[in-house]
Amino acid sequence: MNELLLGLADDELVIGWRDSEWTGIAPMLEEDVAFSSIAQNEIGHARAVYELLAEDADALAFDRPLDAYRCAPLVELRLLDWAHAIARRWLYEVADEIRIAALMEDDDARVAGLAAKINREEAYHRMHAEMWRERLADTPQFRAAVEDLWPYAAGMLPAKQREALAARAHRSLPSDKLLLGKERGGHTEQLAELWDEMTMVRHSAPAGAQW
Amino acid sequence: MVTVEQVWDAFGEIPDPEIPVVSLVDLGVIRSVDVENGHVRVEFTPTFLGCPALEVMKRALEEKVAGLGAEPNVQVIQDDSWSTDKITPAGREKLRAAGFAPPAPREAGAPTLVQLRVNVHRCPYCNSTATKLENIFGPTPCRSLRYCESCRQPFEQFKTI
Repeated sequence: MNELLLGLADDELVIGWRDSEWTGIAPMLEEDVAFSSIAQNEIGHARAVYELLAEDADALAFDRPLDAYRCAPLVELRLLDWAHAIARRWLYEVADEIRIAALMEDDDARVAGLAAKINREEAYHRMHAEMWRERLADTPQFRAAVEDLWPYAAGMLPAKQREALAARAHRSLPSDKLLLGKERGGHTEQLAELWDEMTMVRHSAPAGAQW
Repeated sequence: MVTVEQVWDAFGEIPDPEIPVVSLVDLGVIRSVDVENGHVRVEFTPTFLGCPALEVMKRALEEKVAGLGAEPNVQVIQDDSWSTDKITPAGREKLRAAGFAPPAPREAGAPTLVQLRVNVHRCPYCNSTATKLENIFGPTPCRSLRYCESCRQPFEQFKTI
């Protein structure tokens, strides 16, 4: 199994779930729509990548034990305030753009083609994130949220891509101490709760149920 | 024996599940049709990957082929070959007539916020160019929301991808 692609798919699935938590309770109706639409896209990307990796995308998405997930701690966090939700969206999109750009050059034409397709859709997520970043940039809440989440964002990418991320986010690389527990490979406690919720229907349905 | 033309004609009758004024042929999502010994191989390119209508579209293509008495083989091609530039001129006109502003042509590089804010986007109702972006996102992944300051009508704009 391609760990890089599995990490991408798991990130997109989990951030899609987290984004969808704003449906109905975002600070304004436009953002209920935006977060719902972004969530739908991210989960669509996850499905497409799972389909590249396995015959049955649902089985790969939902039937693994928790420690087999490759999502980064950044996407697992349950963030209940708007400044943190926007800070994560922005940091995630900046990091994701670097990763997707690399995959667009992949030797496997199927991977490169799918990455190019995902990239076109992500362009709208980036615009949304950038628009909000500009709007909140001078608020103490947003600055604090970026400060909190920055080590998690760095921990989402392999070490060789972190310099590029730091340059784009106008930050300096976090120390090893700050990165502790925030890098891909480890998981937060919040993932377990999310996973229970995410797999609830799957686990309650009899095997082979048709929808 | 079924012909390629018959298959294309039949596909032209399949409405888009979410915007039924246009057909799957108008949308340009059918990349190729090959017929051999009663087997019809179709290459289908999704619009947005998260579009919930994808499965419905795929099934509709299979049913049309089966309805012609042939064996369908619909391949979903998940690459970058579909863009909103593939929507046919007839499809664009049908969208406009139904109140959906057709997508702007794709430019080099990814679309930007500046383009959405500054480029000319016409109101599908009154044709005015005095329109502004209300929300990048809309009721489905493929649409944005705009507002026309001339006729004071909100409208949906097909995203360029």
